Amino acid sequence: MLNWLRRPKYGTLQRREMPAGIWAKCPRCTTLVYRKELDRNLRVCPKCGYHHRLSAEERLAITLDEDSFVEFDSELTSTDPLAFAGYAEKLQEARAKTGRAEAVLWGEGLIEGRRTVAGALDFFFMGGSMGSAVGEMVTRAAEHARAHALPLILFAASGGARMQEGVLSLMQLAKTSAAIGRLHDAGLGYISVMCDPTTGGVTASFAFLGDILLAEPGALIGFAGRRVIEQTIRKKLPEDFQTAEFCLQKGLIDLVVSRAEMRPTLAALLDYLGAPRVAVPARTAADRAAAGEDAAPEAAADPATERAPEADETGLTERA
Amino acid sequence: MASGSPRPQTPAAELDRQLAEVRQEIERLRRLSRDQGLALDAEIARLEERAAALTTAIYTDPSPWHIVQLARHPQRPRLHDYVTALFTDVIELHGDRRFRDDPAMFAGLARLDGEPLVVVGHNKGKDTKENIARNFGMPYPEGYRKALRAMKLAEKFRLPVVAFVDTPGAFPGDAAEERGQAEAIARNIEEMTRLRTPVVVVITGEGGSGGALAVAVGDAVLMLQYAVYTVISPEGCAAILWHDATRAAEAAEALRLTAADLLRLGVVDEVLPEPFGGAHRDPDAVIPAVRRALHAHLQDLRTHPAEELLERRYAKYRGIGRILEASVNGEPGGSRQLRP
Repeated sequence: MLNWLRRPKYGTLQRREMPAGIWAKCPRCTTLVYRKELDRNLRVCPKCGYHHRLSAEERLAITLDEDSFVEFDSELTSTDPLAFAGYAEKLQEARAKTGRAEAVLWGEGLIEGRRTVAGALDFFFMGGSMGSAVGEMVTRAAEHARAHALPLILFAASGGARMQEGVLSLMQLAKTSAAIGRLHDAGLGYISVMCDPTTGGVTASFAFLGDILLAEPGALIGFAGRRVIEQTIRKKLPEDFQTAEFCLQKGLIDLVVSRAEMRPTLAALLDYLGAPRVAVPARTAADRAAAGEDAAPEAAADPATERAPEADETGLTERA
Repeated sequence: MASGSPRPQTPAAELDRQLAEVRQEIERLRRLSRDQGLALDAEIARLEERAAALTTAIYTDPSPWHIVQLARHPQRPRLHDYVTALFTDVIELHGDRRFRDDPAMFAGLARLDGEPLVVVGHNKGKDTKENIARNFGMPYPEGYRKALRAMKLAEKFRLPVVAFVDTPGAFPGDAAEERGQAEAIARNIEEMTRLRTPVVVVITGEGGSGGALAVAVGDAVLMLQYAVYTVISPEGCAAILWHDATRAAEAAEALRLTAADLLRLGVVDEVLPEPFGGAHRDPDAVIPAVRRALHAHLQDLRTHPAEELLERRYAKYRGIGRILEASVNGEPGGSRQLRP
């Protein structure tokens, strides 16, 4: 299992969209921001509120309780099933660039002490595109949530289906949607968070099937691309077309949630959607231990915890 | 994902036009020869050779790009042809009860050999006028929602669903986006994976990406020999990958979008043969094959309880794809094919 959560929170994370240096330039307002300040601000521009894109790893690092996350399937990858020209090389490049095997990362962890299955697509890996491997892992995440009676949170950031796997990629829409359907049937909660950008086949499958649909401010969310639409209707689209705020106004999503508000919002939603609370929220436990207090016993008899016999004291399961 | 503008005359249609011209010319020369006693045999023989070469070029072992043209052929049988020829007592059902009736999508009740069922499908037109009225078979969200309404009706009354697929894709327009194109497609896909009644899908022409899949999840997916089914149009693929839409023929090859490819990949269950040269050459000839296949699959699916259908349907889609796992439960895994 990865132990990246044990690293210092942001200091060692690879920055991918900004040149190295002490200062970072905001792509929206062009303000120069001291990089450490930007990191402290969860990569949100302190001047204009622009939400920089995050890798899947960064995303989960700022969302889940420290040291609570166990990653599954980190070695699972796509093959080149159609022998599509240039695909094998593109996969290699993406792996070298991101240090990940595929465009998704998923596992189990805690959000303010609530146990949940969580996953994130990585836009820096071939545009977060969904081929067989991404479809497989999203499906496994949903199946794992169902098998362990846990809620599911997925952060989408994707250009859509991965062309290089042809119709096999298209079929991942059916596969992931089928797994989400079973989660719905089981009465378990699924929160979909759409980040910049979430388009194409990912919107036309699991990303829009959440019980609750959230989006980050300014995120591009839509099925068809702007250029294709403009060519089709032969007119210019408004600047804010397909933004998170536009989708909210059109009634397509529940909420636009800033990065700073994401954790508490998810925690509150998980409570409504019935996420099991672990005996001790991991962070609080660490704090208490540091303060020389006893580990809080208050939730030891929490039925939710008892319902998960495989849970150890941190509330996490070993991989099945 | 779809290209929105009506397509120009296709290469296949162009070859067909040339062939028709050559045949006309042969006829003309024959008349001349007969009526005026001219010795034109050599000229006629030359033209007949030309006609034969054209026919061979068009119909023998067509390239994937040529098959794309066949799938888009203006004279290819449409949903209306299938519905009229296959079913009786057809009652069309209109509207999604939310916004409007989308003419790009058909929904209705019908009987096949007396047995009641629900029919849904993309409703492409045959000529420009029909196509403009039906938006070239590219539905808005309300089209998908109408289809879903009809399929839920089928579930409620335990009627099987037959879905015909023939679309360049979901309509890529601003109004479609605003009304939730992505959500409409996603919802249909999810609901079809767990619709508690048999679903048989027939891909008759263009299976254009998510806009096709939104009515194409089923227990049995059948595909006409010269239909195509793809994640993106060859033109779109070439434009994105190589910044050159004229390399569409190459993309058509790379995407593995023909019925034969998809049968191999486990995406379709059966390929239905078309007359030599394509269904448009003899539209009536393709009907018996579709009828036989629908009848056989529905007959079989009716014997399975809903629970079993859903399990099988889930397992089928669950298994599509190819992945590599470096280790499976600690054991070295290597390549793992999800579906044999």
